Amino acid sequence: MTDLAVTIGGLRLANPVMPASGTFAEGLGEAIDLDRLGALVTKTVTRELRDGNPLPRVAEVAGGMLNAIGIPSKGIPYLLEKTVPLYRRWSPPLVVSISAPTAEGFASLAAEISVPGVAAIEANISCPNIEEDGKAFAMRAASTEAVVRQLRAATALPLWVKLTPNTGDIAEVARAAEGAGADALVVANTVLAMSIDLNTFRPRLGNVMGGLSGPAIKPMILRQVYQCARAVRAPVIGCGGIATAADAAEYMLAGAAAVQVGTATFLNSRAMIEVIEGLDRFCEARGIDRVASLTGALRHEEADEEDLSWVSPAP
Amino acid sequence: MSATAEAAAEGPGAFRPSAAEEAVAVLANEVVNGEYRHLVVSCSELAATAAPGQFYQLLCPAPPGTPAGAAPFLRRPMSLYGADPARRRVEFLYKVTGLGTRGLATLAPGDTMQLLGPLGRGYRLDPAWKHIVAVGRGAGLATLGPMAQAARRAGIGVTAILSARRPDLVVSDALFRAHGATVLTVTDAEGSSGPANVERLLRGLIAEGRCDAFFTCGSARLLRVQQLLAREFGLPGQVAMEQQMACGLGLCFCCVRDFNLGGEIVHRRVCWDGPVFDLLEALP
Repeated sequence: MTDLAVTIGGLRLANPVMPASGTFAEGLGEAIDLDRLGALVTKTVTRELRDGNPLPRVAEVAGGMLNAIGIPSKGIPYLLEKTVPLYRRWSPPLVVSISAPTAEGFASLAAEISVPGVAAIEANISCPNIEEDGKAFAMRAASTEAVVRQLRAATALPLWVKLTPNTGDIAEVARAAEGAGADALVVANTVLAMSIDLNTFRPRLGNVMGGLSGPAIKPMILRQVYQCARAVRAPVIGCGGIATAADAAEYMLAGAAAVQVGTATFLNSRAMIEVIEGLDRFCEARGIDRVASLTGALRHEEADEEDLSWVSPAP
Repeated sequence: MSATAEAAAEGPGAFRPSAAEEAVAVLANEVVNGEYRHLVVSCSELAATAAPGQFYQLLCPAPPGTPAGAAPFLRRPMSLYGADPARRRVEFLYKVTGLGTRGLATLAPGDTMQLLGPLGRGYRLDPAWKHIVAVGRGAGLATLGPMAQAARRAGIGVTAILSARRPDLVVSDALFRAHGATVLTVTDAEGSSGPANVERLLRGLIAEGRCDAFFTCGSARLLRVQQLLAREFGLPGQVAMEQQMACGLGLCFCCVRDFNLGGEIVHRRVCWDGPVFDLLEALP
């Protein structure tokens, strides 16, 4: 048995696998044992009540899907009175994802939800579907710095900041988030994208643009995790197209301390369980005692075949 | 034994899923008529323990000739057409329309397919009812068949009004008769499927005391007719709704529809809050 425990910004997780925000709710407990996950991450909650975007809200594309759900939110009282108590029946720490239109809004929301039962806050400063034309705080270092600084002052809980891949220099944004007090970075949200129905000449999403997720984006986000992990000391949580333990291992070698699984759960409700079990076997087959040892273990130097036999053991 | 069934067998306190995620084996996948096919799969007891009105998420194979990258990415929701926990079987009735169902049509006995289910909330039968009416059109008929069977077991009589474009495209009339239902067929070709004629048939059934509740799926026009009559005569009813889905478990909120809850229009998830809803709360 591999030691699967990891520590993310002071929060100890039984294993490094958790759902990506927006792809998880208690309904998954109909199919899998949620107690086996490293953490539980809520859909993003906002202060204002939101219905979400017009339909259709998803569209499938080659190797992935587009979504423009638009953050339907029942507001803070519902979160505090219903959602947080609901998740007490499961043991993994509860991470609450939040969003707001302004830095002040983020801060007051973070303060209000810093209650017992909430183990960490994930600030979604990167949703492509909530701001005009797909813009988000995390597209620029300056706006990231400003919002994270206010968030840091507003809560004592571990603060995870979810970055957008839709930026030219993600390492600079990562440094800005860390400098302003982020305890961990989630890299990344969906890739701003669109698709057109040639039978109707209409966009295939009601919101026109949306976020691309799934295997199609894995190499791009893996690269961004690598860039962020080199740029900051804070742990990086990899999120983008992870469906298997092999995907998760790649992310950890690139520098991720933990991973989030999203779209894969829609295709296989047991995806996260299979990633956890597969990481255990991956490490065991290579004589690696702790899964945390994979983090940043990417090798740059050349080695002879014999020297690499442990990396790629005979099946 | 599937992994989920193994987990369920671990003993008291162990996790017990209500939906099975597993690879199932195709037993039959036969043509019913010019448009419909009947798929029977062998699965775990958990997967086959389903209530009428529930559904499954099916990972459909790519039909032959599909260009690389154009395979169905998301699973397709498919309502239950028959479930037998003792024989560990589930049945589906589907119309070949899009990429997913064209892929489904290629499955042959012995092939395997990944499935998640049963999912969602099904029909609820009130033992006080003596006789109910099922009104279905097209693929919407699939979900009403198991409901008719459950009604018969509960001692409730069923009149089924089956609507189709042409008489040769009427599906599952034999199944409804086998479940003891009285079957009325209406078609576009015969000019009998319009809302006015269906309303006339329903008014007749109400007058005869043979309509304690409405059950419907597959037609917004026929839903409106039943809502009108339900209000006029103070009758209850349930409707199975369809919507594009991604997760099937209430996670993603892509399958929301508008519902009228006491005058307030609210979004509800078809996969999680339904797919069966109160007749009068549904907005066609």
